[in-house]
Amino acid sequence: MSAISFDHVGKQFNASGRAQAALSDVTLDIVPGEVFGIVGASGSGKSTLVRLINRLERPTSGRVRVGGQDLAGLNARQLSDLRHKLGMIFQQFGLLSSKTARQNVLFALQLAKPRLDVADHARVDDLLARVGLSDHAHKYPAQLSGGQKQRVAIARALANSPDILLCDEPTSALDPEATQGVLDLLAELNRDLKLTVVLVTHEMDVVRRICDRVAVLDHGRLVEAGPVSQVLFRPQSEAAKALIAPLIPNIPPSAGAQPRLRLTYFGDIVTSDALSAATQGLDVRFSIVAGQVSALKDTPYGQLVVELEGPGRAAALERLAARGVSVETIA
Amino acid sequence: MNTADFFQNIDGVEIALASWETVAMLFGSLLFSVALGLPLGVWLFVTSPRGLSPNRVLYGLLSLVVNVLRSIPFVILFILLIPVTLALVGTSLGVRGAIPPLVLGAAPFFARLVETALREVDRSVIEATQALGASNRQIVLKALLPEAMPGLIAAVTVTAIALVSYTAMAGVVGAGGLGDLAVRYGYQRFQTDVMVVTVALIVILVQALQMGGDALVARFHKR
Repeated sequence: MSAISFDHVGKQFNASGRAQAALSDVTLDIVPGEVFGIVGASGSGKSTLVRLINRLERPTSGRVRVGGQDLAGLNARQLSDLRHKLGMIFQQFGLLSSKTARQNVLFALQLAKPRLDVADHARVDDLLARVGLSDHAHKYPAQLSGGQKQRVAIARALANSPDILLCDEPTSALDPEATQGVLDLLAELNRDLKLTVVLVTHEMDVVRRICDRVAVLDHGRLVEAGPVSQVLFRPQSEAAKALIAPLIPNIPPSAGAQPRLRLTYFGDIVTSDALSAATQGLDVRFSIVAGQVSALKDTPYGQLVVELEGPGRAAALERLAARGVSVETIA
Repeated sequence: MNTADFFQNIDGVEIALASWETVAMLFGSLLFSVALGLPLGVWLFVTSPRGLSPNRVLYGLLSLVVNVLRSIPFVILFILLIPVTLALVGTSLGVRGAIPPLVLGAAPFFARLVETALREVDRSVIEATQALGASNRQIVLKALLPEAMPGLIAAVTVTAIALVSYTAMAGVVGAGGLGDLAVRYGYQRFQTDVMVVTVALIVILVQALQMGGDALVARFHKR
């Protein structure tokens, strides 16, 4: 069963008398335990989509289900219970400035139950330790860095032991170092707690680093969805291509006789001698025009743009294919 | 002319009595203004177009009442309310008679300041609290009011200072206090010394309120 399902969901906002569609006909399933990215340019409807999951927004058409339960029919009590089981973090953290880090986490428990016991207090301390903030428990948000604030928000979102964590642009207000720290933490929570993570972002690089699957939104429509490797290396939609563009290096125009090739390869092969082995003993020269070695979540990948010239070209390509390197011809 | 000659008209007992009346009017009316204005301000915020539970009709109605009460000059409000005041406290004179019109003049003013202070609370705090499963009641009591505390205290300070000037005006129409003293002796009998002393006392009172308020704001400010 899916953790979250969107079934032909639409959402219209009334902006100064005119109805504007924020989402149209989105159908999507998110499975338990995955890190699911929702990516799109600003105004694509991605934040609205994630807000439907805990009913911060209500759809104007279609159905949203969480754990099989249709959200449309929930009363206030049931909605509260649902929200206790759905953690959420925001770009602007949403911490209470009048409470310390520890009190902010405690606050989540206080909202869910009238009286707290010793175990609850112990749980708050465990959560703060888990996000690496034990030493800052008694500081106010104003005394914490952006990354530390987001960690407090994560601890607070986890206070009521949710199965799902919703993240609305969690790293967009953070510097690169803090972004890495928060993404590592989210990946760790996903792994250790089997937490389903739904992550909204406008940065494909964030998707690359922690997501298993991704959906691409463009002007309120779902234009592409699938495993990150598929969307990243074989983007079908213009929206996805535009989002990926910052990850692709600028390549100078070709001067050679043969068309250039893009080689993409995953896993152990990244650190192997596959490339030199492919040309060994053949009369072929290759030059690397552009390239990068990086990782999709935990899987390393390499992507090279090469020029391959000489009589042994065809044989070299066969060897590459045999080693699992995908080869595309580009202009 | 030496100092003693200048202050020849000063009657210590009368000044002390008038000061006491002013302070009693101030804190009596401040108490009721806050008790009435705080819920009214919360209600305004909650029903406002971007509030927790928008209600255009109710917000429009509350807004209208607040605006009407705020636009009537205080001296006129005082006189208009005499029948109501008589029905409520049995007299339209003295400290008791001054409190109902003072409250009706200051509570809507305070309510608007409360609405503004609540609106200053970061939108993400409200959303995050909603996402944690809080009811509107919990959001107001446990998140909004504590977060807005510095702003609310500043609003009480501003209201208290506005009330000081209202009490002086109330003095003209029978409420007593330092304003009454200033008008009867200082203005009508040309006793400049009485005028100077009452004005000085009012300045000291306002100064004390502002400093006290600022100190409390600083205490509650965790930013």
